[in-house]
Amino acid sequence: MSEIDVGVVAEQIAESDQISEPSGAPELGRPRRRKEDGRLLTGRTRWTDNLSRPGLLYVTFLRSPMAHARITRVDVSGAIGLPGVVAAFSGRDFADEQGSLPCGWPVSEDIVIPDHPPMAVSEVRYVGEAVACVVATDRYRAADALEAIDVEYEPLPAVVDMREALSPDSPKVHPEGNKAFSVKIESGDVEAAFRDAPVVIDRTYVQQRLIPTAMEPRAVMAETDGDSYTVWSATQIPHILRVMLAVITGIPEHKIRVIAPDVGGGFGSKLQVTAEEVLCLLLARRLGKPVKWTESRSEGNMTVHHGRDQIQHVRLAADADGRIRGLRVDLLADMGAYLMLVTPGVPLLGAALFNAIYKMDAYEFGCTGVFTTKMPTDAYRGAGRPEATFAIERTMDELAAELGLDPMEVRRRNWIRHDEFPYTTVSGLTYDSGNYEAATDRAMALFGYDKLRAEQADRRDRGDPVQLGIGVSTYTEMCGLAPSRLLGEARYAVGGWEHGSVRMLPTGKVEVITGTSPHGQGHVTSWSQIVSDALGVPFDDVTVLHGDTAVAHKGMDTYGSRSLVVGGVAVLKACEKVKEKARRLAAHLLECSPDDLEFHAGAFQVKGTEQRKTIQELAYAAFTAHDLPEGAEARLDSDATFDPENYSFPHGTHLCAVEVDTETGMVKIRSYVAVDDVGRVVNPLIVEGQVHGGIAQGVAQALFEEAVYDADGNLLTTTMADYLLPSAADLPAFVTDRTETPATSNPLGVKGVGEAGTIASTPAVVNAVVDALRPFGVADVRMPCTPERVWRALEGAGR
Amino acid sequence: MPRITVTVDGITYEEDVEPRLLLVHLLRDRLGKTGTPVGCDTSNCGACTVMLDGRSVKSCSVLAVQADGCDVVTIEGLGAGGSMHPMQRAFHEEHALQCGYCTPGMVMAAIDLLRDDPDPSEEAIRHGLEGNLCRCTGYCNIVRAVRRGAQEMGQAVKTS
Repeated sequence: MSEIDVGVVAEQIAESDQISEPSGAPELGRPRRRKEDGRLLTGRTRWTDNLSRPGLLYVTFLRSPMAHARITRVDVSGAIGLPGVVAAFSGRDFADEQGSLPCGWPVSEDIVIPDHPPMAVSEVRYVGEAVACVVATDRYRAADALEAIDVEYEPLPAVVDMREALSPDSPKVHPEGNKAFSVKIESGDVEAAFRDAPVVIDRTYVQQRLIPTAMEPRAVMAETDGDSYTVWSATQIPHILRVMLAVITGIPEHKIRVIAPDVGGGFGSKLQVTAEEVLCLLLARRLGKPVKWTESRSEGNMTVHHGRDQIQHVRLAADADGRIRGLRVDLLADMGAYLMLVTPGVPLLGAALFNAIYKMDAYEFGCTGVFTTKMPTDAYRGAGRPEATFAIERTMDELAAELGLDPMEVRRRNWIRHDEFPYTTVSGLTYDSGNYEAATDRAMALFGYDKLRAEQADRRDRGDPVQLGIGVSTYTEMCGLAPSRLLGEARYAVGGWEHGSVRMLPTGKVEVITGTSPHGQGHVTSWSQIVSDALGVPFDDVTVLHGDTAVAHKGMDTYGSRSLVVGGVAVLKACEKVKEKARRLAAHLLECSPDDLEFHAGAFQVKGTEQRKTIQELAYAAFTAHDLPEGAEARLDSDATFDPENYSFPHGTHLCAVEVDTETGMVKIRSYVAVDDVGRVVNPLIVEGQVHGGIAQGVAQALFEEAVYDADGNLLTTTMADYLLPSAADLPAFVTDRTETPATSNPLGVKGVGEAGTIASTPAVVNAVVDALRPFGVADVRMPCTPERVWRALEGAGR
Repeated sequence: MPRITVTVDGITYEEDVEPRLLLVHLLRDRLGKTGTPVGCDTSNCGACTVMLDGRSVKSCSVLAVQADGCDVVTIEGLGAGGSMHPMQRAFHEEHALQCGYCTPGMVMAAIDLLRDDPDPSEEAIRHGLEGNLCRCTGYCNIVRAVRRGAQEMGQAVKTS
């Protein structure tokens, strides 16, 4: 057995594309195998927990076993002096310097943002909140010493149920009360829409709490040389984290460098400024030594922010032919114990999407954020949009059932037609483009919709114990976060631009620096494709740097399906600036006017002649600087920011067929078809992979996953044995296809794909389950649709 | 402290270890073999899967002392002549990894699966990899990659 040869692997990675694709073809649209893979496939990874420093110390946290309690005493002295223990601290030891964890989205005037100390000082408000820590020479000793810390708690009542939390006699999570904020949006005459409406569908849905569960647990390492600080973190947001660490700790921003090395998935869970990041930085400062903390999975299940957790009351008024008159949505959104980075903004990201792809004249949205003694919620793949899409797509099926229409027919009667774009919706968004008919027709053909309906009818007639259900989801979403102007209007604390720079190296190679921070999305590959086409340089001649604030000096990071739509376009804009500089230099060297030059295949050529200069020659000429135009700088390097004018609006049609065993309640997905329109596609392999993974997470919400707290506020799903992540055996092969309606809001025509699958798939699956059970009188099944829930729904309906 | 002798990716190590030390922490913290990651603490996720005397094990569920006298192969030691193993190549070709955190364990488990079933059906692959969780790919491309890896390994056997 021999070690991998790095050079050979690099050749193998490069070779695979030579085999599969002809050279010279445009890069955009080409299924390039990823540049990132070689390292990841051979174990030469840079996960934060892989990293070390001389004299590295390990940190562990003692966490509250109580959902709500006053801390009356913390005695860490028992830990001091144990083998390997360097220090132990309680929250009180950091009370003067740890600040408060930030909320970056104060959504309303009336919002209550409670103080949120990284390590609890006087009161704990959820199980898992850190109360003390140990620093030791290895991770086992650091864990051992936690046992020797003595904490006395005076129990306070837990507040677990959102609805009970709002009753006047509920115990309070914070002195200010349990209401975090309330928001109301109204458009059109909702009263009139509901008055005398022939049909009103009135439903309440529960968006269960989820645990995002990126495969890489969180980890943080921090060190200082006495002057400046470096923090390595498994984060999606190194740039935002740097600013926030400066604000929280008072360490000047220019003295902090944040590095996101290889990051093993995020799905929103690493879009956060965490207690552990702040405390590791402060411990490095206090001790003058490098420290590292790596969470265990069970620690993570308790203390990585959770997702979803809403109760949605939806009322839809329609005419007798199924045309929608108006929609009313009332949300209760569980904030958990504190407001973290974008906690209160998550439900509002869906506020303008309940009306989805449908035309209607009136819309009313209300949302109340509620404090409970649970882990705070925050962004999880889709963040607000899956919840909204679920509610409307479930309700469209209920409307179809009420009217005896096919669920696709009721959608067709209401959706925006392709010749009506751009279209301003009742909630005020302007959808720039879309073609719902095309995506739906393609999906129905791939799915064999009519044939499956015939089989369904047959099974119903036969009284087959295994019934077939067909679920529909015709979704859109808003992503590419986002236009800074709109974010400002929504009271979001920062902008939504992105930054890219392009360095032309003397040998003609290209170094791209992006402000996005990939953690599985393949930006290195996709950005290389964009740059290769823009500058006419070989794909393999481009490298992409990211995730280190000392290298990528500006950025707004990766979340909200924004990276390609905003960051990819910023890189393209930087390329255009490089080309403008190169054009002037070429004109100077070729002794012609810049207007006489045409750019083709990486070279400027004097029109009608053979005289040309390649971009590589020009990079070298700029480097030597022997003969530059008057006043020109000795570089072609350029940078750019991009800030789109509008969100982008991917859409598509997802169809799911399930077989439901009515005797056991077991649900099995028989087939799943997704036709998505994510605009122009840079790399179809990467896009398909994102759709697959997105669908899997949405299916997981529909069928498998739920974070469960008991009445005392104890999390019961603390391990992967209790919190059911689907395995390969639990999921089918997904059939995917695309339609391509380019976005008009950015020059690449791209829309973003990171969240689409998750947004679309949950209602498709649950609609299918309910469709299977409808003849038995079942009109809803609460997620996750476990065998027990399905069986009980059948029993409850008195089958 | 017990002394163990263990061969990892072709190199023999002699180490004094606490009896409670997990094999994965021996690999990562003592031997610098950080190619094998840890994804959970209940042996559900399989990210830490390595070969122990030729069969896949979850190295978070094996004590280092249990590996005494054994031959361990990690993702870093796969392949021959400096090349990637056919299964690693198949994962690359089929875009069967995104963040890459589950990948080392997934590749090891896939290779072990093929020992028992050199030409597995899609269903056999899905059930065979049940103990390895991936959060990024939805498993579609992993299944394709294992099929492809199986074909290429089968070819290699036939031509050798």
